[in-house]
Amino acid sequence: MATTAEGFDAHHDQGHDAHDHADHKPGFFARWFMSTNHKDIGTMYLIFAIIAGIVGGAISGIMRVELAEPGIQYLQWWAQFMGGANDLNTALHMWNVFITAHGLIMVFFMVMPAMIGGFGNWFVPLMIGAPDMAFPRMNNVSFWLTVAGFFSLLFSLFVPGGTGPGAGTGWTVYAPLSTSGSVGPAVDFAIFSLHLAGAGSILGATNFITTIFNMRAPGMTLHKMPLFVWSVLVTAFLLLLALPVLAAAITMLLTDRNFGTTFFNPAGGGDPVLYQHLFWFFGHPEVYIMILPGFGMISQIIATFSKKPVFGYLGMAYAMVAIGVVGFIVWAHHMYTVGLDVNTKMYFTAATMVIAVPTGVKIFSWIATMWGGSLSFKSPMVWSMGFIFLFTVGGVTGVVLANGGIDDNLHDTYYVVAHFHYVLSMGAVFSMFAGFYYWFPKMSGRMHSELLSHIHFWTFFVGVNVIFFPQHFLGMQGMPRRYPDYPEAYTFWHEVSTYGYYIMAGSMIFFFVNIAYALLAGKKAAANPWGEGATTLEWTLPSPPPYHQFETLPVITDAHDYHDHRPVTA
Amino acid sequence: MGQRDTRMKMAFLAAVAAGLAAFAPLSVAAQDAAPAPVAAEAGQVEGAQTAPGPEALPGNLTPTEAAAAPAAEGAYTPMAPTKGKGMPTSYEDDPLKSMTFQDQYSANGEYALWMHDWILMPVITAISLLVLGLLLYVVVRFNRRRNPVASRTTHNTTIEVVWTILPVIILVMIAVPSITLLARQYETPPADAVTIKATGYQWYWGYTYPDHGEIEVVSNMLDEAEALKRGEPGQLAVDNRMVVPAGVPLRIQTTASDVIHAFAVPSLWFKMDAVPGRLNEKLLTIPEPGVYYGQCSELCGARHAYMPIAIEALPPAEFAAWVKAQGGSMPGEAEAAAPAAEETAAPEQVAALTAR
Repeated sequence: MATTAEGFDAHHDQGHDAHDHADHKPGFFARWFMSTNHKDIGTMYLIFAIIAGIVGGAISGIMRVELAEPGIQYLQWWAQFMGGANDLNTALHMWNVFITAHGLIMVFFMVMPAMIGGFGNWFVPLMIGAPDMAFPRMNNVSFWLTVAGFFSLLFSLFVPGGTGPGAGTGWTVYAPLSTSGSVGPAVDFAIFSLHLAGAGSILGATNFITTIFNMRAPGMTLHKMPLFVWSVLVTAFLLLLALPVLAAAITMLLTDRNFGTTFFNPAGGGDPVLYQHLFWFFGHPEVYIMILPGFGMISQIIATFSKKPVFGYLGMAYAMVAIGVVGFIVWAHHMYTVGLDVNTKMYFTAATMVIAVPTGVKIFSWIATMWGGSLSFKSPMVWSMGFIFLFTVGGVTGVVLANGGIDDNLHDTYYVVAHFHYVLSMGAVFSMFAGFYYWFPKMSGRMHSELLSHIHFWTFFVGVNVIFFPQHFLGMQGMPRRYPDYPEAYTFWHEVSTYGYYIMAGSMIFFFVNIAYALLAGKKAAANPWGEGATTLEWTLPSPPPYHQFETLPVITDAHDYHDHRPVTA
Repeated sequence: MGQRDTRMKMAFLAAVAAGLAAFAPLSVAAQDAAPAPVAAEAGQVEGAQTAPGPEALPGNLTPTEAAAAPAAEGAYTPMAPTKGKGMPTSYEDDPLKSMTFQDQYSANGEYALWMHDWILMPVITAISLLVLGLLLYVVVRFNRRRNPVASRTTHNTTIEVVWTILPVIILVMIAVPSITLLARQYETPPADAVTIKATGYQWYWGYTYPDHGEIEVVSNMLDEAEALKRGEPGQLAVDNRMVVPAGVPLRIQTTASDVIHAFAVPSLWFKMDAVPGRLNEKLLTIPEPGVYYGQCSELCGARHAYMPIAIEALPPAEFAAWVKAQGGSMPGEAEAAAPAAEETAAPEQVAALTAR
């Protein structure tokens, strides 16, 4: 496949020319602070997501260490560290601040920026043969709004939020705990943080939709688009439809808090449950927003390392569309115990279980893609296979929770915590690592160490399973979530879970060492380091791609299918 | 009226969109608000209003049981809990029990546990193992050494139809007991059910007994040392338990005075949010006397972890004695005081969740 490195792209031949127009970069400040380049913005999103991930992951470490044994061990220290009073209520409030910050950071400032902002920005234009995003300046606004949102959230940690500093409402910000239950500006800053991040995401979503609909290479029909692009397209629509509802709900929270309205206050004719309906109308699509781009990446990677086109392409694409659509009509399964009437609960039980069908189609299609393939177990592939298994485990516990009658016992217990960490901390995060190792050579021009990536995979795999599998047991035994302290009987499995955290944290060292090694001493990456299975357009460009690519647009002809977009003649 | 129409429209649209109109709900949510409960003072142990509530109906305890009560009067001492019953089990005590649900002590709990253990668990275990097995198989069989040339298969309509239809069939098989379970959980309490209202406060529970002279019990967590001294599990034991008659239908109502709490007892498969401005209601029957512990299950602020629930189910005669000891009265006992009660007791608005 000597042809892969050559292609549509004219500047590739002139790669040695330092003054190549395509590689002309602006000065440092203009390049990174006023960026309009999708690859630079994608890089910034990835760096931002890694930083946010370190913060969010450190907070989960604080929580796991606290939970290693019953009693309150370290929270009082943290309360004083954060500027709070030295009493038990402040210490306990700190716990709620930690769970809130962990959830918000991981959802809004780690997974979403990495998946959509990072990989989406980098590879949607490359995969559809576009020179950049449709609205480059707006792309930059999206990124900096996200950063501003992060700072607003961090700021909230240091101002009063009721029983102590910070917002202690949980990432769901339920009223009335978030309104009359939290005095002080912390919750306002947390809400404002969501406004900023949400606005950034809405702008990003419009940008992706416009780009994908209008800037595909000539001949690349929707049904020839790589599945990763499909996944980002569906995700963008979910963002566009779901986030305004969140914005409305949290704006009502703000006015309830500050301007005397009573949208969620029964004393004034409001209803706290209305907030939950609004929040989860956003919140359920949100979990698909976090996982769909991962589905897309896994599809690309499995096909590449099986040297086989993805199995059932149309089924895969429309399964994502179906998941997106059904994702909007199952929200109240997060509210089974709130006092829904029986018919409502039956409906949401049935509708929720329907999601298992398109998800099953995807799982089986990935396996069928590998079936008959010629598999090479490079780092992206092992992460993808880990994803398929662990996402299945998280998915089947979702089927258990879907049953409203069963959920009566499991609702708000560690079983739920285990479930959503299996689909996110293992689903979304495994797909992100898979995507990272898959595209790192393309983005940086350097090869990472396969050995370190494999060690990272195996230690991480063991670590997260040791953390989260015992949490199923805790949940079934009745351990409620969001508790800093617990009855003696739960000690053993909590202790095991905390050991798992240490393994996972140790495993991340291999990740960071690997990046450092690759950037400092890694081998130069070829245009296509993954061989004949890598057939999408980004692999036709050098690694890293020129600052501006596809000045001559690639053409997708009738001879191309959905799988192979390499130039037919070269 | 208009509100109900809107609700129906919402529910209808959602159901149609899912292609599941068979489950079209009558209303989306129970939103009939109850009068906001009066906040009780922390530390107040009991209210001593002697009049029965307006819903009090004679006959939820037989006259003989009620008559037997005075014999036991003043004899109430908190029942000692049974290890492993109504409370979590530690790994050290029983590794297997610590990895699954608590033993169930209500009919619905037993049915739900059966459904989980014999339908859901086998299905999800089989699916997980199937996926794991297929993954291991492709690793062994289709690695690049053993299978250097990849096939070019891109689709196979038959198998795609099969793996779409098969999950649908499995899900329908799960849905049947699931819907049955829901229907049972929503059975309307009989008219003579004993009403107990649990009110969530930051951070304790209050239990009122409108049928028994408006007894009010305020229930705070015992500190660890005191709990252990009494032979109870720490962080689950409370100073004043929610005492109920065993084997009698209970109409459990929940509400809250400040933020949302949730009334949850794992060994009874019972969890219901306590939402300010709203009165949720559910039938619960506890066949066996005993102590059943639970914990608040909706984030409610700093001491969320420290407002446990302890239900003590007593044989009806002993329950009647307990009522007496609290200064309450059994339904039908204080007929004379009834007119006064109509003024003082707030009529309980029953939420629409029993609309069957």
